[in-house]
Amino acid sequence: MPPAFLKKGHTMELDYEESKAKLVAGLQKKLKTKSKFYFNDLAKILEAKPREAKKIVNRMVQERILEYWSSGSTSLYGLPGTGKQDAAEGKE
Amino acid sequence: MAKSKTPLLDQLESGPWPSFVSDLKQQAEVRAKNEAKTEFQIPQTVVEELMGLLELSYVHKRGHWKHGGIVGVFGYGGGVIGRYCDQPQQFPGVAHFHTLRVNQPSGKFYTTEYLRQLCDLWDFRGSGITNMHGSTGDIIFLGTTTPQLEEIFYEMTHKLNQDLGGSGSNLRTPSDCIGQARCEYACYDTHALCYHLTKEYQDELHRPAFPYKFKFKFDGCPNCCVASIARADMSFIGTWRDDIRIDQEAVQAYIGGELPPNAGDHSGRDWGPFDIQKEVIDLCPTECMWMENNKLMIENKECNRCMHCINVMPRALRIGKDTGLSILVGAKAPILDGAQMSSMLVPFIKAEEPYDEIKEIIENIWDWWMEEGKNRERLGELMKRQGFQKLLEVTGIDPDPRMVSEPRSNPYIFWKEEEVPGGFKRDISEFRKYHQR
Ligand code: SF4
Ligand code: SF4
Repeated sequence: MPPAFLKKGHTMELDYEESKAKLVAGLQKKLKTKSKFYFNDLAKILEAKPREAKKIVNRMVQERILEYWSSGSTSLYGLPGTGKQDAAEGKE
Repeated sequence: MAKSKTPLLDQLESGPWPSFVSDLKQQAEVRAKNEAKTEFQIPQTVVEELMGLLELSYVHKRGHWKHGGIVGVFGYGGGVIGRYCDQPQQFPGVAHFHTLRVNQPSGKFYTTEYLRQLCDLWDFRGSGITNMHGSTGDIIFLGTTTPQLEEIFYEMTHKLNQDLGGSGSNLRTPSDCIGQARCEYACYDTHALCYHLTKEYQDELHRPAFPYKFKFKFDGCPNCCVASIARADMSFIGTWRDDIRIDQEAVQAYIGGELPPNAGDHSGRDWGPFDIQKEVIDLCPTECMWMENNKLMIENKECNRCMHCINVMPRALRIGKDTGLSILVGAKAPILDGAQMSSMLVPFIKAEEPYDEIKEIIENIWDWWMEEGKNRERLGELMKRQGFQKLLEVTGIDPDPRMVSEPRSNPYIFWKEEEVPGGFKRDISEFRKYHQR
């Protein structure tokens, strides 16, 4: 039998630094077409369960590597300084 | 008289109803006069400019607000809704006009002193325009600039002992009815449960990781004063499992006209003498009441706790003593595809601290929805997409006839192998004993 952490959907703590790099790289790759992402998109890039992904995403917000964007009803995430909204704000 | 700058808005003041336009004009004047000598931190003319922008929207027949934005207080992904107008040169006072959601106190109980403090803060650092209350229950502050947000948040959390509410893909501000604080119908302490879960789920309230919004609402009884059954992804509705308590003497007093029905609610007109048959018994939706030897009888097994009889004769009929709550899930009130009421998931559960059983159900539902829910899909939509059966599976709750709201319209039931004794494999020689080739 393979060890538990090799099974699909394992819950071993993800390494923060590794995950952070993976997420930033993943988002930058998509920047050409998109600058705002749903939480689910982030979890997919991290290949993590929502709860695990949430811990990493929260920490990245605290470190200002990610920022929130909200329409009021929906929340999205993005890398600071990307996207149209930010460009518009810069001119204000 | 000077020509009005807002002829189209003025139209909205005509007619018999109170108008927000009149309120805005009043507030614009208060700010212009500034008798309280407030040192306004955002433009003094903000309200006039808001009306100017709105007037322009009516002229152009299009909105002038941009969609959303990156604002918030540090570490919170909700509570602030960024609003920017697309005519900042013409209306610089409302270039930023952000909304703040303030977590209303339980049951919307506050002292005038508390309200005064909130309003003073908002006059000082915002437009002074409020909305009491938003449909989720929050106190809404309409209109301030980005630099004011952290200042307001600091004042509220450090001096007023007050948190922001939820917005975006978060748990939204939990909201509850006035409950046992004043209402004799309350079957559990809505304030206690609402407050407990608000504190327990701070992270879900402030750090968005859900597919979409998620609402808790707590009603002390099926009268549903906060409309939990219509608007909450999880509705907690008070109920009882023993019998309605009947005071036969008071029943007679209602029949004899000594006590006014509905506690006198409809006494403005003469409706004629109270008729218990017509006004109570015949209106019982489950037809479980009747009179026998001048006594009111109720077959409690059939009663579905609709509250009608109790509302009409509160002195004669009271909720039972063995009280708790029902949990219903999946309501939503979206603009596009129509409203959906919540469905019964837990017919009865005791509401006792530390509410561990309730929390277990909540967390199982969240795990499912966070993993399976599509972006912007509410729990009620996921339930429709994957089926109620799936919901029972993830919550580990056994099916119960009380969850059935109507006779089956779908003739197919798909059994799973583990549900069928012996599975799907059959012993062919055993089969051949009874069936020829
Ligand atoms: S929902 Fe029921 S318990 Fe709560 S305030 Fe309304 S009538 Fe009273
Ligand atoms: S609560 Fe409603 S269903 Fe129950 S006895 Fe009264 S009227 Fe009938």
